[in-house]
This record gives sequence, structure tokens and C-alpha cells, in this order.
Amino acid sequence: MGAFKKMELAVGVFVALGLAAFFMLAMKVSNIAELGEDKGYKVTARFENIGGLKVRAPVTLAGVRIGRVVGIGLDTHTYEAVVTLSIEPRYDRLPTDSSASILTSGVLGEQYVGLEPGGMDEYLKNGGALKLTQSALVLEKLIGHMLTNAVSGDNPPAKTP
Amino acid sequence: MIDGLRRLGRSTLFWLNRLGRATLFLLRLLSALPTLAKRPGLAIRQLYSVGVLSLPIIAMSGLFVGMVLGLQGYANLVDFGATSSLGRVVALSLARELGPVLAALLYAARAGSALTAEIGLMKATEQLSAMQMMAVDPFARVYAPRFVAGIIAMPLLAGIFTAVGILGGYFVAVQQLGVDSGAFWSQMQSTVKLFDDVINGVVIKSVVFGWVANWIAVFEGYDAIPTSEGISLATTRTVVNTSLVVLAVDFVLTALFFGV
Repeated sequence: MGAFKKMELAVGVFVALGLAAFFMLAMKVSNIAELGEDKGYKVTARFENIGGLKVRAPVTLAGVRIGRVVGIGLDTHTYEAVVTLSIEPRYDRLPTDSSASILTSGVLGEQYVGLEPGGMDEYLKNGGALKLTQSALVLEKLIGHMLTNAVSGDNPPAKTP
Repeated sequence: MIDGLRRLGRSTLFWLNRLGRATLFLLRLLSALPTLAKRPGLAIRQLYSVGVLSLPIIAMSGLFVGMVLGLQGYANLVDFGATSSLGRVVALSLARELGPVLAALLYAARAGSALTAEIGLMKATEQLSAMQMMAVDPFARVYAPRFVAGIIAMPLLAGIFTAVGILGGYFVAVQQLGVDSGAFWSQMQSTVKLFDDVINGVVIKSVVFGWVANWIAVFEGYDAIPTSEGISLATTRTVVNTSLVVLAVDFVLTALFFGV
């Protein structure tokens, strides 16, 4: 094999390695697998407050991821947040009276939508809505509430001498 | 006082002059590209010397940088019980910044300096004048192949650096420190975005850095004073200027891609 051919081979290996690195970055590191078209059915849920929920956040049931948040909007009449969830088609047996709550994974974790199944015999379909919802816990409100309780509770009645 | 101002004016004119020459050089380089397209073998030969021969240092550095990121990230995240986010920390810092920037700095030191020295020596030994005597255009034969090969090599090297770095981080985090392997990859996959992080971060940044690094390296060789002292000065300037320009351009690109 001539020197130039060897060099060509080395260059070929180099380019292949570089492309393999990009292939790994695309397939293994980034979320290209989820870029594919969205086949799930859409369900909406209305919340008073969604806290820090973001589009693409996971939707889980019993801790298992069954879909994700695809849209967040505001109803200008009721001033409620309208969250659109896309749920994978294989999980098509969610009772219509299931409830949705916005939860946080861990102390510093991201927020996600957790579903609790209801007991109805009818199942949610594309375009359905979740009626029972629980808003995100906003830490400032919670602390404010606790402080108010503490102040009013710890106030002992004035002692008479 | 007058003397100081005069010196300031002289150095300003000197730099403007060089900048103008570098721009004209780039235009002539680009106009030589069609000729190069007829003989791609020339660029392949250069791709070997700037790309294949830079591979060991890029891969080794990537491995160590990734392992350090894994260790440091673990040491800091363990206080918050958030070691499962280690994958995203390692992958995002490598893909957005460290991969392309460190690969470009290593490239400037390993390949850019060699390009400048080679071209400077060709100039000093009058090989370039000899080519022109034989009606061979040194732009098509010498400068353009090196420039193009460098621009092709840079994104490949940055991609390898990033990928090896992530594997290094994985090795330290999962094999040594006991982070859960599934959490490592899934946290990474849920945060790293193909277009925002891999395409903008690794590919676009490194193509721009490759353009800058090779333009500087080839121009410094072309512009070197053809003495041994002049060549050593030009080689130093290549490494210093490339590093500064790459870091400055990186700031601009980061502000464009990831700024608010």
C-alpha cells in the first residue's frame, strides 16, 4: 500500500470517527428521539397557578412517565392557566375523573404533572379535559401562610396580674 | 509626549495595515477555492497533518476534561443530593463551551503553529517564489488546501472532544463514584437539545473557530519575515492571536446563541 493510500485511509478513519462522535451526540446525548412527530392524544387541564411548569415537562402516573406537556396558555376569561398534555396512545385507559397536580421532583428538581387515576368507566379521549386539578405549591405563599398562622397561634392571651 | 503619541499612531497604522492585508489575503484565498475543487487530494494530504495527527492530543484532553468535570460536578452536587444531574452538567458544559473552545485552543497550539512555521519556512527558502516562477499559484497549491482542511477538521475534532469528554465523565461518575447510570443518561437526554446545544454549540462554534484559527495561521505564515527570527515571531503570534480571537468570538457566539 502506497504512502498516499495509507494517508487516505487515516483521513477516512478520522472523518468516520468525527461523524461517529456527532452521531453519538445526536442519538445518545440529545433528545433527538423525541423530536419525532407527536402521536399522543391531547388532554387539557386548568390550573389556578402552574408555578414553574415548562413545556416538555413530563406527565407521570404512579411515577411512570406517560406523556409530556405540549402547551401552556392562559384563559383570558377565567384567568386560569390551560395546560395541554400529550399522552402516549398506549395509555388510553385513563378514567375521565382522573386528577392532575403539579409536583416537584426533589428539592431542586423540575416541576412535572402527576396524574391520579379516578374510578369512572369512561376513558379520556383526544380533546378531553381533566376537571380535578391541584395547583403548584408556591413557596412564598406557603411561607406567608405559615407565618400568619404562627403569629396568630403563638399570641398568648394577655395575662392579668 | 509627542513621541509617545507618534508611537501610538505608528502601531495603530501597523495593525490596520496588517488587518487590511489579512482581509485581502482571505479574499484571494476564497477566490482560489474553485481551483482547489478540481484537486481535492491536496486538501486530503493537509487533513491528515492537521486532523489525524491532532487526534491523540484532542482525545486525551477531552477524556481528562470530562473526568475532571465529573469529579468536580459530583463534589459540588453531592451536598444538594442532586448527583443525578451530573450527566446534564457534564454534557451541557462540554457541548456548549468546553468542547469547541478547548479543541480550538489545542488546535491552534498543535496544528496552527505548525502551519505558520511550515509556510514561513517555505517562504524563507523561496519555495513559494519558485512556484510562481513555474506559473503555479501558491494560493491554490499551498494556502487554500491548508485553510479548507483546517475548517473541515475543526468541527470533527470538537465533536470527538465532546463525545470523549462525556464518556470520561460517565466513567468517573458511574464507574467510580456510583451515580446511577440511567439517571446520568436520562437527565442528559432531557436537557441537551439537538439544535440548541449540539448544532449551535458544537458545530457552528467550531466551524467559526476553525475559520478564524486557520485564517490566522496561514496568514501569519504568508506574512512572516523570511528569517529564522521572523518565523519564530510569526509562530508565537499565531498561537497568541488565535487564542485571544477564539475566546472573544466565543463570547459573541455564546451571547448570540445562549444569551437572553
